[in-house]
Amino acid sequence: MAILIVADHDNHTLQAATFSVLTAASEIAKHIRDTELHLLIIGDECQSVVAMAQGITGLSKILVSDHQIHQYPLAENIAPLIFSLVQEQGHCNDENRVFDKVEYSHIITSAGTTGKDYQPRVAALLDVAQISDIISVESADTFKRPIYAGKAIATVQSSDAIKVLTVRSSAFTAASLTTELLAIESQVPVVALAAQADSGKSAFIKAELTQSSRPELTTAKIVISGGRGMQNADNFELLYTLADQLNAAVGASRAAVDAGFVANDLQIGQTGKIVAPELYIAVGISGAIQHVAGITGSKVIVAINNDPDAPIFDVADYCLVADLFEVLPELIAVLKVKD
Amino acid sequence: MKILVAVKRVVDHKVNVRVKADETGIETANVKMAINPFCEIAIEQAVRFKEQGSVDEVVLVCIGPKEADVQLRAGLAFGADRAILIRTDEEVQSLDVAKILHKIVQEELPDVVLLGKQAIDTDNNQTGQMLAALTNMPQGTFASNIVFSVPNTVKVTREVDGGLVTLALSLPAVITVDLRLNIPRYASLPNIMKAKRKVITMTSPVSLGVSLSPRLTTLKVESPPVRQAGVKVADVAELVDKLQL
Repeated sequence: MAILIVADHDNHTLQAATFSVLTAASEIAKHIRDTELHLLIIGDECQSVVAMAQGITGLSKILVSDHQIHQYPLAENIAPLIFSLVQEQGHCNDENRVFDKVEYSHIITSAGTTGKDYQPRVAALLDVAQISDIISVESADTFKRPIYAGKAIATVQSSDAIKVLTVRSSAFTAASLTTELLAIESQVPVVALAAQADSGKSAFIKAELTQSSRPELTTAKIVISGGRGMQNADNFELLYTLADQLNAAVGASRAAVDAGFVANDLQIGQTGKIVAPELYIAVGISGAIQHVAGITGSKVIVAINNDPDAPIFDVADYCLVADLFEVLPELIAVLKVKD
Repeated sequence: MKILVAVKRVVDHKVNVRVKADETGIETANVKMAINPFCEIAIEQAVRFKEQGSVDEVVLVCIGPKEADVQLRAGLAFGADRAILIRTDEEVQSLDVAKILHKIVQEELPDVVLLGKQAIDTDNNQTGQMLAALTNMPQGTFASNIVFSVPNTVKVTREVDGGLVTLALSLPAVITVDLRLNIPRYASLPNIMKAKRKVITMTSPVSLGVSLSPRLTTLKVESPPVRQAGVKVADVAELVDKLQL
């Protein structure tokens, strides 16, 4: 038996979410006797990702589909690849002509926009259900997941032979990577998968990715968010300055996005991103239930607002009732001195 | 060109949902129901295409109890042409929804199937992708812009982690829509009156040849852990001290 973990990467490095998925997979493995963890890397010119993965403790095998058609992850190409791996219940190592018999019990990846795109397609090809956004592993077939935007938590049990899962990465701590260069014999073995044909049904045209030197919102250890209280786009500069001092990501409430202060990819909450940093600082955010749904996983929440009745104070660990335009410059100055 | 739009009936997004005392689910008795907001965006987009002349017919399809005709009438009042209600009182899980929609696709042969990216009750985000798999169509998920182009192609801009990505899909295709695609209209009174005369065809999963086979059992539904209100700090110095920044 084995659990197939599909890696998140950008053809250069493994993304942090993969390490959280590894933790979730290890937790599932604890409930199954004699199981292995296999990592599947689908990409194009992704040797450096493979090299990085070879240092992950606990993995038994790395399967690699390194092919030009996977330069951008298209569900129409990825789903048949995973389907064939699982359906044939084995795979062929080209060089050695060794056919491994493997039975996959779980296919698991992070609930990012890529995983959410292809995992349901994989599940439907296998004629099994898919379980989205799991936040805890209760047993090999039972998982907890948020419904109604986190206003309730459901415990669901699957009766399918193969469980196809996506993991909310912020709910699992990241597994560790062996950083020292391992001797060849202790590296995780790599199996190259045979090339596959392009589906011909979809094609990548272009990506307009937000350029930022700051950490990614969903994986940052510290997140600073601004709300309608920021008053305008220019005032967000204060948050950017503070974020750079703290190596934090910047987010926003829906109100700030709707008011046009910032782009919509910064939106945190029910219809935006879900974050769970060590420290979340809400500045000028009243705390609508839709926003709070996106931040409740945070370890420590700080709220800065001049309205003492703002609902954000009901969920914050530290509450500062003050004018943000006095607090932010003071905070920036204090941190500058500490540097 | 024909567009099929899938519509789900859910608890209205303004309702503050409550977990049942016996933890078997969400309290839905006497709760206001509505069209899933993402589905509403899908209907709006289909109707806009029709108004622009790039689409000839917009057909709505809904799986749910007989009361779901209220949501279908509301969708017809946007400007959709007709609707299909697949009546069932059972809970229908994503894979079965996709199988039922697959049958409708085989009957209707739409050029595009538009769906919301997810329903705001179960938050699964699966049905569109599963339907694409079953029909062997390409998929454009989380769309924030949709443009038809020749020959027989649709360009879909998707909202992904970190920005936007544009794909070209060959038709027929499945597209799931995200919040920022459009802002749905309020139906006008004349259109609401007109919608009353539009046809809603009734059928059932059984007559379509789909026997529901739920794979997931919900063992428990509970409220999330409640965060306790914390302490008030007097000033920035105290805050920095508490946070040990």
